[in-house]
Amino acid sequence: MADTPIIARSALAADSPPSAVIHCEQVTRSYRMGDATVQAVRGIDLSISRGEFAALTGPSGCGKSTLLHLLGAVDIPSSGRVFVNGRDTSTLGDRDATAFRLRHIGFVFQRFYLMPTLSALENVELPLAEAGMAGSARKARAADLLGYVGLGDRRGHRPTQLSGGEQQRVAIARALANEPALLLADEPTGELDAATSERLLELFGQLHRDGTTLVFVTHDAVVANTAQRVIRLLDGRVAADTRRAEPVG
Amino acid sequence: MRVTLAAATLRRHPARTALAVLGIAVAAALLLDMVMLATGMRESFRSLLLTRGYQLRVSPKGTLPFDSEATIDGATAIVGALRANPDIVAVSPGLGATLGLPSQRIPSVFSLGLESNVQGDYALDAGHDMPVDDTLGGGVPVPVVVNRAFLVRTGRALGDTLTVAAGIDAQLRTAARARVVRLTGEGRFFYVPGETPVMALPLTVVRSLLGPAYRDRMSVAMAESRRADSAGVEAVRAWIATTQPRVTAISTETAIRQVEERLSYFRQLAFVLGAISLGIGFLLVATLVTLSVNERRGEIAVLRAIGTQKDGVLRQVFLEGFFLSTAGIVAGLALGLVTAQWLNGILRDFPGLPAAFDFFLWSPEAAWKSLALLQVSGTLAGLVPAWRAASIPIVRALREDAVG
Repeated sequence: MADTPIIARSALAADSPPSAVIHCEQVTRSYRMGDATVQAVRGIDLSISRGEFAALTGPSGCGKSTLLHLLGAVDIPSSGRVFVNGRDTSTLGDRDATAFRLRHIGFVFQRFYLMPTLSALENVELPLAEAGMAGSARKARAADLLGYVGLGDRRGHRPTQLSGGEQQRVAIARALANEPALLLADEPTGELDAATSERLLELFGQLHRDGTTLVFVTHDAVVANTAQRVIRLLDGRVAADTRRAEPVG
Repeated sequence: MRVTLAAATLRRHPARTALAVLGIAVAAALLLDMVMLATGMRESFRSLLLTRGYQLRVSPKGTLPFDSEATIDGATAIVGALRANPDIVAVSPGLGATLGLPSQRIPSVFSLGLESNVQGDYALDAGHDMPVDDTLGGGVPVPVVVNRAFLVRTGRALGDTLTVAAGIDAQLRTAARARVVRLTGEGRFFYVPGETPVMALPLTVVRSLLGPAYRDRMSVAMAESRRADSAGVEAVRAWIATTQPRVTAISTETAIRQVEERLSYFRQLAFVLGAISLGIGFLLVATLVTLSVNERRGEIAVLRAIGTQKDGVLRQVFLEGFFLSTAGIVAGLALGLVTAQWLNGILRDFPGLPAAFDFFLWSPEAAWKSLALLQVSGTLAGLVPAWRAASIPIVRALREDAVG
């Protein structure tokens, strides 16, 4: 893998002209809950540039996760448009949206969601297999990714043999498998203790420095402040959008 | 990878998977045994009747072979007429009788008077066969063939001589007629229950023992048609019916039909139990896979989120059902064969059954068809939960899982 970067070349291009990996236009999302209609996202305009490290934060029920799902093309807006890597994902059908997620978006979840009976290596292989990569190349790529997240010596371990922090690192390696243009994380430190969270945030910082476009959801202000940009949501709207020169992490 | 994932999912709860496989195995074994039972008795009866190639039984008019102790006079003429027909290859006349065994551990023995060169009643397992006719003269012991039960019950061995008698008067302790016989052969008698002592003697010896009234009598004759197909056999049967008005000729096919009619309730029960086992197999797979899918809603939603297409999820869950069914059926095949053998042993010990009769008969075609049916049923049972898994709404499942 010496000639192949661990992180996508497009994502590494931090010195390339800034261009929006994410661009939202008047995005709304409402859904039915019993007899009531809940307006989870109310007309959000948002752009996130290539290589940016952004945190979506705010109180419970403010629409953070809903917005993340819209950005990740697992959900479609009730109105408005979402562009990811230049593609209007709000018009994609299920098959196209799934293929788009596979190639362009990496997901990290609070609960890791690793397959418990597969090894760390096999878990990272999953999206590579979905993308049709052949066995030997797939194993080599998965091994490189595990090395990148600091688990090169744990590739044969099952999730139950790994700590929470290690499991989340495997999940990050899995998310990076197909060199996505965008890495989305939903409360990635939510199930981790403070020390493990800190080490994971250092890994996010490393990913950012390596050029990955990162957006994560957190309700923890301290965690949010490790990002380069903090977007605070309130009642489905952007209440504040602050940038700092360099992220704390 | 899909196969790896499906297998890994089943390994996740090994005890549950093992129990489900065991359940399917029991259903498969039951189905297999019911199919073997439903077809086994018929096929066993057919092979029993066709053991020596005789497709026709000729008995006194109005009686059925094996059903009556009736005999018919003028046997020589009837047998001669049958043997003269070029469409008939062989005719084996037989006369059944109960002969006394003076001074033996058992008072009497069921005896068959046969012509050994054409007989179709036994197969010789040890020793020498009896002669075709009584050519040795009255003073020489007549060679006879007996079965294992006879040797065990009388405590005699091959080579021993003993006296058989007919017309015994119990009060006077006399017999009207008697002959000394030598036990020269041990045979398996196809139509006689294994536990019943039996002796085969030359037909002429039995006739002479029974007295002048039996000089030209027989109980039954078996005939072999030159053409073995149904039409050929039926043509011979029709010819016998036309030319020999004092006898009834019945073909093996007709006998099997009559037996089938008698066994129809038994077979219906077997089919009902087989259908129930199919249903159980279906429900077991459907229940287990549905349960597994419900437990993994969040996990499946994540798979979909990271780029697994709906049909990929469908294939994976479908494979889980397929693996369960296959493992259960393989185990069920072994279990079914073992239980069939065990039950067959028990049922064959029932008194009054021919020694060569089987209840559970291994019929590869019937067995494979039934197991294939169970495989299809079990695999289809995985389709509904597979479709449900593929249709899990990603966002809702993730939200429910986060809240749960």
